[in-house]
Amino acid sequence: MKPFRKYTGSVVPLNKSNIDTDIIIPTEFLKRTERTGYGQHMMYYWRFHEDGEPNDDFVLNNETYKQATILLSGENFGCGSSRENAVWALHDYGFQVIIAPSFADIFKGNCSKNGLLLIELDEAQMNELFSREKENPAFSLHVDLENQIIQDDSDWAASFTVEPSTRHKFLHGLDDIDLTMTAEEDILQFEKQRAFYMDPSVN
Amino acid sequence: MTPKTLFEKVWEKHVIDTSLDLPLLFIDLHLIHDVTSPQAFNLLKEQGRTVRRPDLTFASADHNVPTTDRNLEFKDLLAKKQVDALIKNCKEFGVTVYDLDHPDNGIVHIIGPELGLTTPGKTIVCGDSHTSTHGAFGAFAFGIGSSEITHVLATQTLPQAKPKTMNIQIDGEMPDGVSSKDIILRIIGEIGTHGGVGHVVEFTGSTVKNMSMDERMTICNMVLEAGARSGMIAPDETTFAYLKNRKFVPKGEKWNEAVAEWSELYSDPGAVYDKTVTINIDNLAPQATWGTNPGQVTSIDKTIPSPKSFTGSNERTAAESALDYMDLNPATNMNEIEIDRIFIGSCTNARIEDLRLAAQVAYGHKVHNNVTALVVPGSYHIKRRAEQEGLDKVFIDAGFEWREPGCSMCPGMNPDIANPGDRVASTSNRNFEGRQGKGVRTHLVSPAMAAAAAITGHLTDIRKWNYKGGLRKNEAFS
Ligand code: SF4
Repeated sequence: MKPFRKYTGSVVPLNKSNIDTDIIIPTEFLKRTERTGYGQHMMYYWRFHEDGEPNDDFVLNNETYKQATILLSGENFGCGSSRENAVWALHDYGFQVIIAPSFADIFKGNCSKNGLLLIELDEAQMNELFSREKENPAFSLHVDLENQIIQDDSDWAASFTVEPSTRHKFLHGLDDIDLTMTAEEDILQFEKQRAFYMDPSVN
Repeated sequence: MTPKTLFEKVWEKHVIDTSLDLPLLFIDLHLIHDVTSPQAFNLLKEQGRTVRRPDLTFASADHNVPTTDRNLEFKDLLAKKQVDALIKNCKEFGVTVYDLDHPDNGIVHIIGPELGLTTPGKTIVCGDSHTSTHGAFGAFAFGIGSSEITHVLATQTLPQAKPKTMNIQIDGEMPDGVSSKDIILRIIGEIGTHGGVGHVVEFTGSTVKNMSMDERMTICNMVLEAGARSGMIAPDETTFAYLKNRKFVPKGEKWNEAVAEWSELYSDPGAVYDKTVTINIDNLAPQATWGTNPGQVTSIDKTIPSPKSFTGSNERTAAESALDYMDLNPATNMNEIEIDRIFIGSCTNARIEDLRLAAQVAYGHKVHNNVTALVVPGSYHIKRRAEQEGLDKVFIDAGFEWREPGCSMCPGMNPDIANPGDRVASTSNRNFEGRQGKGVRTHLVSPAMAAAAAITGHLTDIRKWNYKGGLRKNEAFS
């Protein structure tokens, strides 16, 4: 994973609550043996009509937002099944940061494992962001994870909190495995002390 | 010393002493299969890592495999890709794999215990939520996601927050016609699909003490559907007798040492659980689900409840939408629900005792004209054993299809899916919308009830069954 300290990106608003993992990546597109390539099917049924033509009314298909990498959304984002593919799809599509009033638990855990930063802001702050975006549709935000501050190009700024171990991982570009391997000596020690697990003579 | 629960004893033996934020748990056994492992191996390779303990990692092709003639070409190309990837990855990293034609092949949660890989006190993980099955042996076993599979492959450990503990005490004698499947369905019906969230459930009580290992595995398997992290049962003589001389268990003096260690794994008198539930099963009737989650369940001699009878508004809406999907009306008698398909299989109910029970019901009867009925043994060991006992003939004579082992209709991802609108009586563990195929309606039941429904064409109270062989319950079949 690449370290994530400061990030600037343009914003796309999707002001809906309870966007679930089935919407983010429908079951029908889970059938892959790879981890990559899910972005093309991200929010498929919203982005495309039944005949496969793009749905021009959907905000993500609007030219203004084609390059957006920061998603603004409603509460309980990522609810539904535990499928990690939902996170891969959002990331693969290009999102680096999602800002919402709240996120589903398992989704949060999955994002922390896959380098997608989630920022929770309260309703008032969210409303402010949505209205600023509306007045200024090429709106960018600057995320400073080190100081946990997010701001726009004019006078808006807010502080946020990310769970300390997740923040540590993002700042140092460590994934869970790297973090665990900092304790490799302890694991080796533990393995030495463990008695038998199974009959070693058969295999 | 403070009294400890079974779970705490197993947990403490596996927490590695580190300075990390979360407890780091050593994993004794990692089971992998065709559907969830390819992506995990891809990530491992992308990161240039390797499998730390191939000796503690075992694979079986089970989820997406054909259960008809194994020599035929795969119909589903993705399934073929997944199985090929599993075999290739295991070869590359030195992991033992039970391929489609291997005599030990079967559903991961069935072959683990069968081969003696699953033993008391182990930590066991697998990329499938019903890994809790192995808890029947006093192991702490739980399902994991893609990134976690990679994590275990690379480190043989997993960072884990410590779950809470819950005791479900089951007492009473199992009435005729009632199986451990009915007990666990009733429990989920009572505590709800969120009743166990955040907890590891230990099953205790006289009923559990008297259960066979096959019966214990069924309840630990399905406790997942109550939202629990896992299920566990303290190992005892029944456990040791089951395991003795299995392929991977220690032999000779080592066996005695192992049993001595395993015998310490029980909840001390006075040990405190975060939550306790008790249930008496003296008057339990066979169960069947009417809705789209395993908690929407009732007795076979009752009627479908009215959504209005639920007090919570969420439950009421859930019942309404479930009945809508299931195309059922409140107040219908459960035993009048007509069935198109029967599935006897899955890691919940495809072990030898399950097949015996179903065969006793099927013996001398014929499958109803409108019904397609599948019997899918959980492993090749079970299949061969059943064939030695002549169960295959009983099924085939009655008009059931006798298949090769695999997950088959449980996950609904291989050719064994039902048609849209079909109503299935299934011995598996999930009756979610679309689980067994788009628009398919699933009723979860015990193996005996599934066999009976195959013959009558509707859900049927097994207590009134005309056993033509004259045998009941677990009497030996020959
Ligand atoms: S039978 Fe069903 S629950 Fe069991 S391992 Fe297979 S897919 Fe999972």
